[in-house]
Amino acid sequence: MRFAPHTDADVEQMLEEIGLSSVDDLFDRIPASVRLDRPLDLPEGVSEMEILADLKALAARNRGAEDLVCFAGAGAYDHYVPAVVWALAGRSEFYTSYTPYQPELSQGVLQTLFEYQSMVCALTGMEVSNASLYDGATALAEAVNLARSTPGRDRVLVSAAVDPRYVETLHTYGRGAGYEPELFDVVGGRGGRPEVDGSVACVIVQHPNAYGLLEPVRELVGLAHAGGARAIQVFDPLSLGVLAPPGELGIDIAVAEGQVLGNHLSYGGPYLGVIACRLDDVRRLPGRIVGETLDLDGRTGYVLTLQAREQHIRREKATSNICTNQSLMAIAAAVYLGWLGPQGLEELGRACAAKAAYAAERLTEVPGVDLLFPGAPFFKEVPLRLPRPGVEVRDELIERGYLAGVPLPDEGGRGLLVAVTERRTREEIDGLARALEEVLA
Amino acid sequence: MSQAEPRASTPRGVGAPVRTQGPPDRQGTLKDLSRPGRRAFSLPPLDVPEAPVPPEHARAGRPPLPEVAERDLVSHYTRLSQRNYGVDTGVYPLGSCTMKYNPKIAEAVQALPGFQRLHPLQPDHTVQGALGLLWRLERALCEITGMARATLQPPAGACGELTGLLIMRAFHTKRGDPRRRIAIPDSSHGTNPASVRMAGYEAVHVPSDARGLVDVGALEKLVDQDVAGLMLTNPNTLGLFEEEIERIAEVVHDVGGLVYYDGANLNAILGRCRPGDMGFDIVHINTHKTFATPHGGGGPGAGPVGVTEELVPFLPFPRVETDEATGGYRLETDYPESIGRMHGFLGNFGVLVRAYAYVFLHGRDGLKEAAERSVLNANYLAHRMKGAFPLAYPDGRPMHEFVSTARPLKEETGIRAMDVAKRVIDLGFHPSTVYFPLVVEEAMMVEPTETETRETLDALAEAFLQAHREAHETPDLLHEAPVTTAVRRLDEARAARHLKLTW
Repeated sequence: MRFAPHTDADVEQMLEEIGLSSVDDLFDRIPASVRLDRPLDLPEGVSEMEILADLKALAARNRGAEDLVCFAGAGAYDHYVPAVVWALAGRSEFYTSYTPYQPELSQGVLQTLFEYQSMVCALTGMEVSNASLYDGATALAEAVNLARSTPGRDRVLVSAAVDPRYVETLHTYGRGAGYEPELFDVVGGRGGRPEVDGSVACVIVQHPNAYGLLEPVRELVGLAHAGGARAIQVFDPLSLGVLAPPGELGIDIAVAEGQVLGNHLSYGGPYLGVIACRLDDVRRLPGRIVGETLDLDGRTGYVLTLQAREQHIRREKATSNICTNQSLMAIAAAVYLGWLGPQGLEELGRACAAKAAYAAERLTEVPGVDLLFPGAPFFKEVPLRLPRPGVEVRDELIERGYLAGVPLPDEGGRGLLVAVTERRTREEIDGLARALEEVLA
Repeated sequence: MSQAEPRASTPRGVGAPVRTQGPPDRQGTLKDLSRPGRRAFSLPPLDVPEAPVPPEHARAGRPPLPEVAERDLVSHYTRLSQRNYGVDTGVYPLGSCTMKYNPKIAEAVQALPGFQRLHPLQPDHTVQGALGLLWRLERALCEITGMARATLQPPAGACGELTGLLIMRAFHTKRGDPRRRIAIPDSSHGTNPASVRMAGYEAVHVPSDARGLVDVGALEKLVDQDVAGLMLTNPNTLGLFEEEIERIAEVVHDVGGLVYYDGANLNAILGRCRPGDMGFDIVHINTHKTFATPHGGGGPGAGPVGVTEELVPFLPFPRVETDEATGGYRLETDYPESIGRMHGFLGNFGVLVRAYAYVFLHGRDGLKEAAERSVLNANYLAHRMKGAFPLAYPDGRPMHEFVSTARPLKEETGIRAMDVAKRVIDLGFHPSTVYFPLVVEEAMMVEPTETETRETLDALAEAFLQAHREAHETPDLLHEAPVTTAVRRLDEARAARHLKLTW
């Protein structure tokens, strides 16, 4: 299957017009010594029906949230994606457009991204949002780069209850930027008291954290600010219908995995890196930012703004190298937040919290199963202590139709993190409890 | 054929979004549609007891999001989409961006529930199809580029660049020879120097020669034992093949440096030559350009990075490995020399599914043909336009894109490349890239791609030629343009001065 439309006659006439005799002539500046003198070792092309059959066969070898009842979370969640989201984000005028370099032809994308920025700020209580980064983990790495722009403040303090994959990402980015993230201990799965002095750029907390637990964010912000450092929070956008937002908690830079905002699980991506900060930091913010302005006739319109921060203008002095981002995921997030509205966000948050509480109660009724951190408050994820390794139990529950959660390394690997979104029913939670009891019996 | 004959099938004038929808002078925001109590969402009734979060953590009041009905939500974003131009609308000849047609089947397959509803932390035995797909795609990308192994994790080209540079850093560090500088051509994409800095290096710029190619003599003088490597696009950002590529690689290798291939222009050479055979050690691939993923208004993309055998230990984790005995696949994380993790999970899997579909739909001959037709189309269009807009490097042979200049036009009439671009919009087309690369004055960088018909190329050329004529005859048409679009030229200085970043 090919998508180049020319007929042989077209090719011949075009070559003639430009004064060449063959297609090979087009490539005559490639030295013979580096030309490939054989066909690529790939199969012949196939028809659309054949590629569909191939991919359907591959898809059929997977068992995901469509076949299993999904209680897996830890950074990616099985929230409901309403039909309206991709009906709109999937419109090809959005979908097949490029970065809006010609704003007159791109008002749709630009205004939608402006609305996305506006809704992120409404949600978080922060002053400024950009138009997207790659995902939550890389958004955190970018937030650290922003925080480290203050001269003399280089150190990066990270709560030990921040998602380990995010910490690994910081380690990688830190190899280039010249820092190593320093973990500070938590007590009972949360809290911790980092020592913040004049060398510290930022203190990073995740709330709800990697165990699903609620953190005393205001205390940590107080410690960070007392030491003159920025406070960074990794937040869950869908917790903000019920939890106090980062802006109210005194956070300086808020980052999130935006997958939960209308984007599919899709085996880890494409997701959405959310970053929001204070107006004071807007010129240090990475990535695209859309601003409102006027056209020649005084009509309201939208453009990419503050581009002097960006790589295509500023080159090595840019705030980041990011160019291609996750705009389409931000468009989906705008539609999703418009669908949800303030009341929907609150009801969804209450449903998650209630179902997680119910799951905690039912699952800890199973003999040998306890909360990993009894008494610690949580939102939509419940950390359990099992009598056997979490990996084993998780795998056995797959046989019974449940993706029961994500194993935790705590307690010698006997931890399991169970996520409960609004999609999970009482019946499914009861079913998981029964299956867990059978597996552990 | 010297002039395009206007005919009914000519796609002129169909492209530009016009002011057909919505209020005459303004499309309000979603917030303007908000009325207290309106709602679009629906949730099932709560089937468990309420369990409020502790009061010290609770939010006081609801966030000020809009309250709209689903009907309004749909109209609003549908109308906004109509104020936008995409590849599906028409030709989108942005040089360096590779806006080719994206097969619809690639969209359909990435949405199969067996891919779209996979959680990234599922155990390997439940995702054998997904891992198998990633493995096969990795093998195909390695064959196409001439590399040994690849990571599919970087979610975009710029992240691929950073990945490659961190691999360079790890390589030199392991040899006890940390270096400080990376050489990049003066015509490079802005992401190159920005990535260099993020990787902790300093960029040194290599000048182009009179042919628009790397000045090899200058490169020889510039590289020394402190240069960790060179980043190069080939064809380069002027659309020209670096004819002395083997010598360039040799110069860098001779001082112990590595050579990095920026895959922005890989689409021009598929099946014709391979970076690995030219002497490159590290290659990134913009799958969203070369293998057709819709750019989604700016993303998502995917930026896999391939490396030579010597550099495999430094690739990021997790990696897909296969067990030849069983034919099974697994994710591995334990690589002591790995640079680490570049993404929270496995990268933009959904984009990689599209790339897989594209690669295997085309197969070996189809990929080569795509490259050939992209180069043919660029040369044909350059030929049609060069009377009005001469090539910046007239002795070079353009590959998949070409750089023209509006400098003579500016000297004759005062009309600039941007004015031409804006007039081309009124004539029904998305214009080319302008003012990039920075090394060409009044640059117009045009990449028609292989998926456009000859009729479209003729019509596009005619639009540029018409704009050129009008610049002499009726210059106000260019100064005023565009006038057919949802908005006219926007005041970017005002946007930066009076920051309004939220409603």
